[in-house]
Parts: sequence; structure tokens; C-alpha cells
Amino acid sequence: MKKQRVVVVGNGMVGHKFIENLVNHASASDFDIVTFAEESRLAYDRVQMSSYFSGATAADLALTTGEYYQEHGVTVRLNEKVTEINKAEKYVVSESGHKESYDKLILATGSYPFVPPIPGANQPHCLTYRTIDDLEMIESSAGQSKVGVVVGGGLLGLEAANALKCAGLETHVVEFAPRLMAVQLDDGGGKLLRRKIEDLGVQVHTEKNTKQIVAGETCRYRMNFADGSFLETDMIVFSAGIRPQDALAKSSGIALGERGGIVVNDQCQTSDADIYAIGECALWDGKIFGLVAPGYSMAKVAVSQISGGSDEFKGADMSTKLKLLGVDVASIGDAHAVTPGAQCYVYNDGVGQIYKKLVVSADGKKLLGAVLLGDVEAYGNLLQMLLNDMTLPENPEALILPSFDGQAPVGLGVDALPDTAMICSCYEVTKGQIKEAVAAGAVDMGGIKASTSASTGCGGCAALTKQVLDAELTNLGYEVKTDLCEHFAYSRKQLADIVRVKKIKTFAELLASHGKGHGCEICKPTAGSILASFWNDYILKNEHIGLQDTNDIFLGNMQKDGTYSIVPRVVAGEITPEKLIVLGEVAKEFNLYTKITGGQRIDLFGAQLHELPLIWKKLVDAGFETGHAYGKSVRTVKSCVGSTWCRYGVDDSVGLATDIENRYKGLRSPHKLKFAVSGCTRECAEAQCKDVGIIATEKGWSLYVCGNGGMRPRHADLFATELDRETLIKYIDRFLMFYIRTADRLQRTSVWLENLEGGLGYLKDVVINDSLGLGAELEAEMQTTLGNYQCEWKTTLEDATKLSRFKHFINSDEVDDNLSYVMERGQRRPATAEEKASASSTAFKAQRIDVLEVAE
Amino acid sequence: MSEWISVCKDKDLLPGVGLCALHLGEQVALFKSDVTNEIYAVSNYDPIGEANVLSRGIIGSVGDAVVVASPLYKQHYNLQTGQCLEDETVCLKTYATRVQGDSIELALGS
Repeated sequence: MKKQRVVVVGNGMVGHKFIENLVNHASASDFDIVTFAEESRLAYDRVQMSSYFSGATAADLALTTGEYYQEHGVTVRLNEKVTEINKAEKYVVSESGHKESYDKLILATGSYPFVPPIPGANQPHCLTYRTIDDLEMIESSAGQSKVGVVVGGGLLGLEAANALKCAGLETHVVEFAPRLMAVQLDDGGGKLLRRKIEDLGVQVHTEKNTKQIVAGETCRYRMNFADGSFLETDMIVFSAGIRPQDALAKSSGIALGERGGIVVNDQCQTSDADIYAIGECALWDGKIFGLVAPGYSMAKVAVSQISGGSDEFKGADMSTKLKLLGVDVASIGDAHAVTPGAQCYVYNDGVGQIYKKLVVSADGKKLLGAVLLGDVEAYGNLLQMLLNDMTLPENPEALILPSFDGQAPVGLGVDALPDTAMICSCYEVTKGQIKEAVAAGAVDMGGIKASTSASTGCGGCAALTKQVLDAELTNLGYEVKTDLCEHFAYSRKQLADIVRVKKIKTFAELLASHGKGHGCEICKPTAGSILASFWNDYILKNEHIGLQDTNDIFLGNMQKDGTYSIVPRVVAGEITPEKLIVLGEVAKEFNLYTKITGGQRIDLFGAQLHELPLIWKKLVDAGFETGHAYGKSVRTVKSCVGSTWCRYGVDDSVGLATDIENRYKGLRSPHKLKFAVSGCTRECAEAQCKDVGIIATEKGWSLYVCGNGGMRPRHADLFATELDRETLIKYIDRFLMFYIRTADRLQRTSVWLENLEGGLGYLKDVVINDSLGLGAELEAEMQTTLGNYQCEWKTTLEDATKLSRFKHFINSDEVDDNLSYVMERGQRRPATAEEKASASSTAFKAQRIDVLEVAE
Repeated sequence: MSEWISVCKDKDLLPGVGLCALHLGEQVALFKSDVTNEIYAVSNYDPIGEANVLSRGIIGSVGDAVVVASPLYKQHYNLQTGQCLEDETVCLKTYATRVQGDSIELALGS
């Protein structure tokens, strides 16, 4: 069969989603895909654009890459606006004259910002907020401005205001309507939102109709309003709504709505059956959908339609929940109570700054809509109630009233939801799919996220997803078991509390008082780690040594043949030539395979037990310390060269990295911990994939937490900005100790955070606002632990009785005769089983290296 | 009647921490339970990880069985019988032990 040629005009979020869906579709190989983008960039996340001003880069916002398209055979034509559609001969023509024929044409041209026809609105520093190019212009204009105004107090306008505020400007919002977010909020909600936003230092001016923009006296411009008042500002960002980008369709004779928008049917087809329109340019049932989720649904429908499916677009729920300028806002269904006979319940807490409203049907039985401000926890439940047309409980007001005395808040109970209920609308995950995932073995939030993607988009459904998960576990008869192993009926966190509170100092004590059996390879190292975290005793004391994995006992990393690798600490990746030469000389003397690690250190492989003390004696004498590469502990603080050498460096990243590594080295934790410090937002140290990442900005240090590379990569979350050194260290102290106290065994910070109830917000509350009142205690614990630091190798070398362990046989000086090596690229590596067996092989045996003095 | 050969001092073998001894050309992993002080001896070779490492594993219990977990891939071996708990086709050679005076001895013909 000849391939169908699909041309996609527009590579925004929806255009990209269409392509992504199509290339992943079962019949993907039936299609050739060409996409035109007017912008110079491939699709990026327009929803998160204001994060650009808190450190995110254009690359962070990107949704895809050129490689991805190439891999899937998608032809991309960047910087090429399509100017003509020839429907009769089925081809399009671009600005540069390029002609591309199609079998199916997808219009995903999006929208453009509406700029009101105000005299003076087309001057320099009068900008819009839609594209990354716009952001760059806003950034550059903000650099030459002190005051900024956003025209438009809707959702996007407040996003733009956030951007200006982040850029450090005195920020004003000018709105034509009497309240902010007029579409989503009622009067009460609008008022409280205004108060909250003004508390943040953003000035709000409502009922202002801008008449003209003229030269200013104290600022660059003056905005004159219809009521005779005025406002002076250096720059203006227009964000007064969007208009569908339908010019191409119009000039090509495709039917438009009366007030614009490309008319589509339930199949997303335009007036020409081979041409589809999806996203913000499409007009369905007289409506434009200015949110991304409906656009994604249309993309899905269009893919289904052109590949022989029968999906249809049935409209979309426009309920939203978001955080604007740090304020939680949610709007559901008929927020304005315009349904005939609609009645309202309102809860207005002026002290706690919380506003909630329920809109219910005339008979009081069904939910019609809701507005939530300041506390949006009820969003998930209320939305489900609306979408599934469920009957309200007897006292509906309880749904928005706060609960006291630890009573559980009234909800609808997830058991009442049908399996078809959409729990995560970002990834279209239903309750039924979550149930299936649980049945297939995903028994925690991390597992649900990995297998269904639920609550990995906006995260708004996290609480609801957790409820479905827990309910399902109960239904399946799982007792949600957090027991560490058969010997302890406690989770790691509980054991850690027991050890801390009861001041238990040995495993024997712990096993006798709280466990049973002999222990095992799970609970012993866990207890060892907890004991070390809180008391930081030398881990090779007789009472602790049996708890440690072999790596911890021999202070090296066991490799596949039973030999060890050695990683001395190279603080912050900075090393003198003298020390580098020592490493080279040691490696040469003991014939160690040598490789650079990802953490800016040097790994020496192939050391036998009896060689370890000989090697470390030389290293310690040369000033090296153990790198703890063998432990579940602080590994490295990677750094870029920073302001001391780099032309672009903003602050001394190596200096800070050195201080931090020296501060936390040796700290034991539930899993390994990696840090990085970058000297500027170019982020050469890759701090955003570390457990703790620090990036220098002009205004101080930005702290990122809970990132991860490796098997399950996770971008770190921005935790706090504009920090001085003292505050930074305080936050890291508290963060690490809280993690050590509460994480499960072998749980990296990334997974810990994903499973932490309340998520990032809760963590910030605990660490920054000290909501649990634990701050001082966590810091003191850290201080005690760090005060007990010792280089384990130095301690070991000074103790002859410990050194006697470092030999293969207790009763012989022979070496392990199973060790066998082959040379490869100038170094030795373990021989494979075949190489060992083969007579003609060049494999050679390890030899005993009898070196002279051992410190005894 | 079997004969016995001393492999190390009793005090060398700490409770809960394994040791490797060379016994008639064979590598033997020795353990002393940190709960009962009972002594066990099995082959030091981990047939799954294909390396002489078992003396460096952690000892503990699975149900009533006293076991060592391989430090390479964590399979459990019953110290009494040598049986691998995860793979019934794998079994370690075991050695009879006794404490004689201040020495630990292994049986010659075991």
C-alpha cells in the first residue's frame, strides 16, 4: 500500500501531540509525516512558560527533539510559515515557496495574543506573552525597565505577571473587568485572589479601560485610562485573551465561525473532509478551547480518524486547577451559577484566606460547579462528582467545610466512582486503569506513576490517585505492608524512630527488643545505616561489622570477580597535579584498571583484599581520604569551574562545592546521595539531576532537590531561590535529615518525594517554614553526626586488628586462584568464563604482590 | 572416624562475620551465628556469581534456616545443607566443624 502523506501545519503543543500519537499508533508505518513550524523551535511547553524566569531554559521547556522526529521519520520544516492551501490539488505552499502535497492536512495553527486596538500599543517595550521569542524580548526589555504592566487579569495575564515579578520588576496588573480571572472565578473568589496577589507585591487595577499609551514622566510610558486616571510604566505585556490563528484557513476558503475559528465537526474535520483542525484554532460547537487538555483530545481524535478509527470529540470539561503566583486556584463547571435555579454554598475564611463555593442544582441533589481558592484539596473529589453526575451527600456543605479534631474530611469515597472515571486528565488515566496497574503489582505511588503516568503531568490528581490506590489495595485484601523483612514488623522509618527515640546503639539490642530470628541481608545493613546515621560510630567496630555489606566492611566496591574498586575522594572534582600523579603511580604499581567516574573522580579496579591496605596506605599518606563510593552515603559534589575561571561564571561554584562536600562527606543515608553546584544557569554541573542541586544566580543560590539520573531520570524540583550561603546550608541540613529520618530503605530522594504525602509543598513547609517545629532538632542532629566524621580508611590503617581481615585466607597467604585477566585497550579486565576455559586464551592469573610494609 | 584439621583460631571468627579458610586446597567459608554462636562451613565459591566470595556475605535466617546471602547477587544458601533457596539445582559443599581447644577444625574426609 502506498503511504499516506500527512502534513501538519503548526508544531505547538497540540501539533506535536498529534505527531507523537501518530508515530506511536499501530498503523504508524502507513504514514509519511511532514510538519511545518512558523517558529524557529520545535514544540515546547507553553503552560510552564513563566518558569523561564525562575531559571528554566528553552531546552527545559522543549517537549521534543530533532532526534526524536528524525528517529520516527518525521520531516520538520522549521521557520517556514505555510501561506497557501490548494484544496483541489491537495498541496500547501510555504513562505519560501516550498510546495508539499498531502493526503491529509492537519491544521494545528494555535492562537495569537489579542492586542487591543489602543493608540501607542505598537511601540517598543509593548510586548505579548505567547512564545519563547516573546519571553526573550520580555527578558531583554525587563533588563532596561523598573516597572512593568500586564494588561489582562485572566489566567495567562497572571502567569505573565509572575514572569515580570520573577524578572524583578515592580509589577502591575490592569484588568478591564471588575475582578481577576473573570471567566473562572466569581466575585468572592476574585476578591480574595486580588488580596492574595497584592500581598505578594503585585498591584492590581480593575475596571481600567486603557485609552492610549503616551510618553511618561517618571517612566518610559504613561497609560491613560478612560476614567481619567493613569499609570506610568517602562514596559507593557498584553495578555488580554487569545484569538484563533485562522488566517490560512480563511484565505484558503475553509469555513470559519462568525467570530473566527476553524469550524470542525465531532471528527475534527473542517469543511474540507481531508483537512482537520485541532487545538486552539478549532471551533467546535461554537466554542474555542483555550486549554491544552481539550487540544490533546482533539489530536487523539484526528489520529484515530485518519487511521480508520472512530473516536469522536465530545467537548471538554473546562475545569482548571492551578497555582498562580503561588496561590492555589480552582474552578469547576458552572462556577458562576448561571444554570437556572442554581443554588450556592459559600465558605469564606478571611483570616486563613480561603474561599470555597459550591454551585448545586435547584433540587440540591447534583453538583453544577465550584470555585476554590487558597485550599483546593477538594478539587479532585468535586470534579469527579460533577463528571460522573453523582448524587451529592446529604449535607453538601461538608464538602467545603474544614474538618476539625482530626476528623477525616468528607469526601465521596473513591469506591463510589465508576471504573470509567477519568482520574488523571493530563494522561487520560481512568480509575479502571489504576486498578489494573495495582493488580499488576504497582502497589505504591511510584509504581502507579511509572506504569500509568497518572499524576505525572500537572500533579493535580495526586491525592485522588493515592485514594484510588489505597482503596484498591484494601479491596484486593492487601494489608498495606511496610514491614522491612521477616525479622522486623516495622518500616525503615519506624525503625529509625525506634533507634533515635530509644537510643538503641547495636543491632543485637534492636533485634532482641523489636525483632525476631537472626536478621538478614536486608535488615542488617538497614539497621547498620540507621545506627550510623544517628550515632556515626565507626562502622567496623565488632558489634557493627556483621551488619555491613561487604563493600562497607572492606571499604571498597566489590566487582564481579570478587575484587574491589577504589575511589578516593576528590573534593568537588578539584585535584592538584601532584595528587593526580600519586593516583597514576599507585594504579601503575598495583596494575589497577583505571577509569574516570561520572562524579568527577577516578576509579581504580581490580584490587585484591590484601592489596587494599597497601594501596590505601599510599593514598592516605599522600593526603587522600576515602570517597565512600562503597556506602549508602554522600558520594560527590560535582561542580563546574565557576566564576574563578569561567567567563560566564556568576559565583564560586568550586568553593561552595568544596565546603559542601567537606561538610556532608561520610554522612550515611537510606541510599546514595549526589550533589552538584553550577556557577551559572548554563548548568554545566548538571545540578538538576542530583539529589541536591545548587545553581548560582545574580541574586544568590537557587536550590533544587530530589533529582535523579540513572535508571529513572527525574528533573530536580526548584526548592528555593535567592539564598545566601547560611540559609542554603540550613535548608540542606534540614532536608537531608528529614530524608534520612523518613525515607524507606534504598529509596532515593526522587522516589521518596513522589511518595511523600503532600509532595513538594509539604517538604517546603517542613524545611522552609518549619511547619513541624523540627528545624532546630534536625540541624542539631546533623551537627552531631557531622562532628563524628572520620576517614574510615585512616581509622582502619591505624588498627592492626582490623587490618588482619584484609586477606583472602585466614590461614594462608595464597591469593584467590580463580582470578584471571585479559588485556584490553592497554589495561587488564576480568576474563570471561569462555576465556578462562579456553586453552589458547591469553588470560593470565592474578599474582600476589608482596609489598613490603603494612602499617601494623 | 574422621580426622580433623585446624583452620583458624576460634577468636578469629567473629559472630556474624564470615571468614575464608584454605582447607586441603579448597576454599571454605566459615561463619559463626551472631545469635547461637553455632559454627558453619560451606564452599566459598558462589556457583551463580562464579566467584569465591561467599565468606563475604551477610548471615541471617530465612524462616528457621540459617543462611548466607551472596554478596554478588544475593541468593541465599542454607548453611546447614548448602542448598540454594532460590534455585533447587544449586547446592554448596558443606563441611563438618568442631571447636577443639582454641581452634576451629574441619573434618578431613567431609
